[in-house]
Amino acid sequence: MATELIGGVEIHVDEEGFMTDPGEWNEELAPALAKEIGIDELTDGHWKVIRFLRDDFAKEGQTATLRRVSTMANVPTKDLYQLFPKKPAKKMSYIAGLKKPVGCV
Amino acid sequence: MKKLLVLGAGTAGTMVVNKLRHRLDADEWQITVVDQNPTHYYQPGFLFIPFGMYGRHDVVKPKRDFIPPGVEMIQAEIEEIEADNNRVKIEGDRWLDYDFLVIATGTHIAPDETPGLEALGDEGPDNVHTFYTLEGAMKLEKRLRTFRGGNLVMHITEMPFKCPVAPLEFIFLADWWLQEQGLREDTNLTFVTPLPGAFTKPVASKALGGMLEEKKIELYADFNIERVDLDANKIVAYSEEEVDYDLLVTVPLNMGAAVVGRSGLGDELNYVPVDKHTFLSNQHDNIFALGDAAALPTSKAGSVAHFAVELWTENFLRFIDGLEMLEHFDGHANCYIESGHGKGLLIDFNYDTEPLPGKYPLPGIGPFSLLEETEMNHWGKLMFRWMYWNILLKGKEMPVPALMSMAGKWSAG
Ligand SMILES: Cc1cc2nc3c(=O)[nH]c(=O)nc-3n(C[C@H](O)[C@H](O)[C@H](O)COP(=O)(O)OP(=O)(O)OC[C@H]3O[C@@H](n4cnc5c(N)ncnc54)[C@H](O)[C@@H]3O)c2cc1C
Repeated sequence: MATELIGGVEIHVDEEGFMTDPGEWNEELAPALAKEIGIDELTDGHWKVIRFLRDDFAKEGQTATLRRVSTMANVPTKDLYQLFPKKPAKKMSYIAGLKKPVGCV
Repeated sequence: MKKLLVLGAGTAGTMVVNKLRHRLDADEWQITVVDQNPTHYYQPGFLFIPFGMYGRHDVVKPKRDFIPPGVEMIQAEIEEIEADNNRVKIEGDRWLDYDFLVIATGTHIAPDETPGLEALGDEGPDNVHTFYTLEGAMKLEKRLRTFRGGNLVMHITEMPFKCPVAPLEFIFLADWWLQEQGLREDTNLTFVTPLPGAFTKPVASKALGGMLEEKKIELYADFNIERVDLDANKIVAYSEEEVDYDLLVTVPLNMGAAVVGRSGLGDELNYVPVDKHTFLSNQHDNIFALGDAAALPTSKAGSVAHFAVELWTENFLRFIDGLEMLEHFDGHANCYIESGHGKGLLIDFNYDTEPLPGKYPLPGIGPFSLLEETEMNHWGKLMFRWMYWNILLKGKEMPVPALMSMAGKWSAG
């Protein structure tokens, strides 16, 4: 499996660059991951989403969808698009060190 | 007397009471099923209505015809599930207690969740439609009779929704129907989806995407709708992308029953989180959810409900005797895809294996071909209606196995 050096730390990633081991992630890593995808600063708004994703993943074992974040963390989808422009589902999970949410069947 | 209470007498709930009535001793078990609607809809038939291939009478029958003797059927709205007290409140301030509860309240469209779609109904604009309800399908049939070309857009709001292949089938049938009407040259067909491609699973997505291309149907992927602009006749995405339409056919957001959410038993879309192999609720060890009502990582489809109920029945009989539940549901789904011109495809998959080409149900023989357009597959789809009313709902044995088999399939390679 591929590894990548992000913010001076070596992490395991899949072919799209998403982290494959949630245990390798910590909050210090998030700003470096964010920079990789063009988000230069993580605001409180970003952190609210990132922390929700981490907590929810710990409980559910899967990455929350946009719908789940908007209803459970009370962040309107519109805001998610502002915080993580164009591809919020991918970007938020990338920064939170999780796989992108599975497009259910 | 032990009490089994089933909420919802749709595809799953009806199969459950039919399967269990003759397996549970009538002196020991009382079985009750509650549904607010006296009519059973054959929902897969809704697809054919807009094109005049089926009418109302092809898709409705009284629910009572499918409820076996010895099962009490109550027609009422379910208002609250009080899981901690093992009881359910229904319309008219009545309470029903249970020892075991099966939630089979399905999923339904929730157009109100998308600005601009609130009016999708009787008084709605005449160029915004859905075929996900009988009334909607009939209204669309009427509208198509005066269609003279332009931009026809088939749009999916959000995953998951029931029968994930139905929108593709709709646009394939539309392509065929428009050719027959001599309107195809004057119509742009566009397929708009929140998915990154034509379908979720890679091999099928590629095959179906190829068919869209062949039929000159434009694919607009990764489109996450924010609203419908009824004045400008366009759908607008959160990313601010837009698609113009003259006739919009949409699959609105699908949601589980509101009573599930209200009772604290649902996820963000009111689906019941359950064990994906046994359907036992994550929260209560006497509650199961079957059919579309369950939050499962497989398709919401009648075929899935059928395979699930088959395995669940055996398990339930073990469970009530205090034995460990055995057979493990694998997410098996099996869907016919109408592709127009009297042909169809068939896909067969589960939690772990995506749809692959091959033959079904008999390896190497068929008669149905997987992921390939044949006339036989189309007949399979039409035959399915007869099987649904006469075999499936009544809980009789279907000539196909409940667990997916890899025999007869070619691997992705
Ligand atoms: C257009 C279309 C095409 C389809 N095509 C196919 C196909 O080709 N193949 C396939 O396998 N599947 C297909 N499906 C999907 C299939 O119809 C469903 O997956 C299946 O019917 C699900 O069964 P269910 O029992 O879970 O839900 P349903 O059959 O929808 O039953 C739910 C029941 O619960 C009742 N209910 C809900 N809430 C309450 C309440 N609060 N109080 C009282 N009663 C309540 C409802 O009245 C309903 O009777 C299609 C669906 C549609 C809409």
